[in-house]
Amino acid sequence: MAIKAEHEIHQRRLSRNVGVGLVLVGFVVLMFGLSVVKIRSLGAVQGFDHVVRPEMIEDTK
Amino acid sequence: MTDTDATAFENEAGFGDYFALLKPRVMSLVIFTALVGLLVAPVGVHPIVALSSIIFIAVGAGASGALNMWWDADIDAVMRRTAKRPIPSGRVGAEEALAIGVALSGLSVVMLALAASMLAAGLLAFTIFFYVVVYSMWLKRWTPQNIVIGGAAGAFPPMIGWAVATGGVSIESMLMFALIFMWTPPHFWALALFMKGDYADAGVPMLTVTHGRRVTRNHVLIYTVLLVPVAIGLGFTSIGGPVYLATALVMNALFLKGAFAIWRRDEVQAEADSYATEKQVFRVSLYYLFAHFTALLVDASLRAFGLGLW
Repeated sequence: MAIKAEHEIHQRRLSRNVGVGLVLVGFVVLMFGLSVVKIRSLGAVQGFDHVVRPEMIEDTK
Repeated sequence: MTDTDATAFENEAGFGDYFALLKPRVMSLVIFTALVGLLVAPVGVHPIVALSSIIFIAVGAGASGALNMWWDADIDAVMRRTAKRPIPSGRVGAEEALAIGVALSGLSVVMLALAASMLAAGLLAFTIFFYVVVYSMWLKRWTPQNIVIGGAAGAFPPMIGWAVATGGVSIESMLMFALIFMWTPPHFWALALFMKGDYADAGVPMLTVTHGRRVTRNHVLIYTVLLVPVAIGLGFTSIGGPVYLATALVMNALFLKGAFAIWRRDEVQAEADSYATEKQVFRVSLYYLFAHFTALLVDASLRAFGLGLW
């Protein structure tokens, strides 16, 4: 016979774990959204790696 | 583990108990007034930035609520109104509340600095400090003027909201602060008049306990009279408007009438109808604040659609 002790305390613990989990997921989503907005507000951002930037080459001007 | 150990878990906290530690009802008022302060400002804010800022202001308010419950657990246990709070009822440990309060305070201030500005974050930090250290630790158990000065903590949120949008402080945001600041004493003293005994049992020097009910009635009237020019004055700044002025006139007339009624009564009359007038004025004072800030929001929307009169 399987031991299946579903005490009320297990529900309370589940509520706590699910609650904290949802809060953390919400925080991550909020941080991601905030980062997108903040970085976009900087305007066009140029990467400096492995890309030829013609305006940096004297002769092409 | 034996069966006898099971009782040790009977009082374990659920998620709701931790949420209750953040004083959700106070938090809702903070969210509302901070949001109005942010929305009525003449500067637009990106919705995500606005949402994040309001959330971090709310978390900061919740953190100060948790720290207040940690500090006041001894008197909360005595007062009927607060005996069921998470710490006095034994579901959350005092040191756990302290840890949550300190952690969330730091998190909310740092995050508000990143989301909005250093000024907004500084105001939030000062609000938490003021509520926890100045009000809870220092004034509350020491002077009957506790709620007069402590009311400043509840008055900061619209100023923080305004600072999130504009990055500064102005006459408008200071008057929104003054409106809540002046409203707090008559609101709480009306409550103290009909919450008989609670504060005395806990040894909190409420004005009703230290100076008697007659003096408290006088104070309710005086502070309401002082509140009126602040409330009307806000209507003549750049965030005022016809809806706000009309609301302010009606609500101030109602509040003044109630305060006058409280002042004219004595304890015999109040006992006779079991504090009906005091309870009614307390209710009016709640609508009073809600109506003023809603009216500010309505006028701001009218202006946004080009319907403002000035």
